[in-house]
Amino acid sequence: MFEYCADPKTLEGLTWLSCYLTTGKHFLFYQSFVFVVVLMLVTAPIALAVGFAGALASRSHVAPVRWLGVGYTSIVRGVPDIAFFLFMPLALDQGLEWLRHKWKCPDWTEAVRQGSDFVVCAQAKLPLSSSPQWVHEYYGVALGMSAFAFVFGAFAAYVLAGAMNAVPRAQMETAEAYGMTRRQATWRILVPQMWVYALPGLSNLWLILIKATPLLFLLGIEDVVFWARELGGRKTNAYDYPHPDWRLWYFLALLVFYLVLTRVSEIGFARLSRRLSRGQATMAGMEEART
Amino acid sequence: MSCMQTIADYGLRSIGIGERLLPKTDFTLCQQFTLIGSGLIWNIYFAIFALLLGFGLSVGLALARNAASPWLRKPAEWFIFVFRGSPLFIQFFLFYEAFTLLPKNGIELNLGFTVLTAETRWLTRAGAGALIVLFLNTSAYAGEIFYGALRSVPKGDLEAADAYGFSGWSKFRRITFPTMLRLGWPAYTNESIFLTHATTLVFFSSFPAWQQKGDALYYANYFADKTFNPFVPYPILAFYFILLSLGIIFAYGRVYRHLNRHLPQATRPRLRVRPQMVR
Repeated sequence: MFEYCADPKTLEGLTWLSCYLTTGKHFLFYQSFVFVVVLMLVTAPIALAVGFAGALASRSHVAPVRWLGVGYTSIVRGVPDIAFFLFMPLALDQGLEWLRHKWKCPDWTEAVRQGSDFVVCAQAKLPLSSSPQWVHEYYGVALGMSAFAFVFGAFAAYVLAGAMNAVPRAQMETAEAYGMTRRQATWRILVPQMWVYALPGLSNLWLILIKATPLLFLLGIEDVVFWARELGGRKTNAYDYPHPDWRLWYFLALLVFYLVLTRVSEIGFARLSRRLSRGQATMAGMEEART
Repeated sequence: MSCMQTIADYGLRSIGIGERLLPKTDFTLCQQFTLIGSGLIWNIYFAIFALLLGFGLSVGLALARNAASPWLRKPAEWFIFVFRGSPLFIQFFLFYEAFTLLPKNGIELNLGFTVLTAETRWLTRAGAGALIVLFLNTSAYAGEIFYGALRSVPKGDLEAADAYGFSGWSKFRRITFPTMLRLGWPAYTNESIFLTHATTLVFFSSFPAWQQKGDALYYANYFADKTFNPFVPYPILAFYFILLSLGIIFAYGRVYRHLNRHLPQATRPRLRVRPQMVR
């Protein structure tokens, strides 16, 4: 990046380090940090939406819908999340391809599963083999994100269901007394009031989501872990910047990154909860009024 | 090949007993059940030892965090913050790299009169290295739980203990510790379940599955890769883990009953696992 970096072999000390840390590959490494943050910001609302649907489903009066909601949350809770991260992208990919295969090639006679192969017709491939490289990459990321949304949706559903139950019963009874239907009462009374009760659980979920992001590495996505291993590995003299095995330092940097992210989120949530408890008839609300 | 034969061949494959080569083609349901179940031995091993060792350290951490002296409090706070605030996955990588940097032929400790050689090679094996990471990790999480429980021990209980002439160790042993344990137990049950789930990460971080001796998820992933069909091995894994989780809830429920045995039958709280606070 700097002009004096033209011949790295002649440099030493801090100048060497400044050149080393600004190579093209290092910029890709820094980008992956941004990628992690963006990914979380995109996934969190999706997971929240999935969780909201799950929470509503587990309160439904229609039995099959309720079973679906309850089954979803309890199965995800009982199984290690990493198993879902490995299972979901593959399952989703095959499921989508199979559906497209049924739709696009109805007169295909051969079985889709042949031994250890999964064969669909060329038009049903996802993404199409003719599509550019970036489509393939983003498709992988999207599959990974859906796995996150699925797992964290289940936890969010549990938290939100708890929050819905925490809204005082009298509120709902008053709504009924005013002649609101069940649907109206849910949307106008229950949903606006439940967020205060949901906040501790949701903030905790956010912290867990942060800590789950390095698992993306397992899906073959070039994330922070990938680059830390790539850049930290021993570089021989054939490279511009030879160095011994520095992976320990790179992982230490990742550790610090995640600690900072956690700390910042904790402070943010503390502020938000102070803000939300303003005017509430709780201990926190009274303390807020005093200051 | 009958299913009994498969179980005999592969039932203990994950710890290196039985057939050396994993099945390569024509996977049967029985093989998948047997191998994934065999891998579960590792998960149970990690979970039991990390929890047993971690229990002691976590109580110590909780007490240190509650101590008046900053020399005790600050290190405990930092330990808990570092291990709870960062991903376990990164911790595995970090510790593995640190262990591999230790000199291969051991560290020579010069004690003046004799020289001891500390073997370091075993630390890079999953069985010991990953166990250390899991132990430190669960200690931090459980330490936070027990700290919270310690802070909510009712004042009346402690005053009553003082009135009866309890002090120091006997007060802690008889009053504070049991009450703390009772209050923290549901959350600790939850933590134990999630730690058990976290053991599946071991062979997907840096720790190598030496001679294909891996845990349940390692074998499930092996089958999914070979058959390209995730719909059989992963549900089998899920089945095993749900059983394991139920087993943990049952065992911890028995302990919880024991902890609450002084209360009248009707008012005994039932252990309800609330994953509100998922780790």
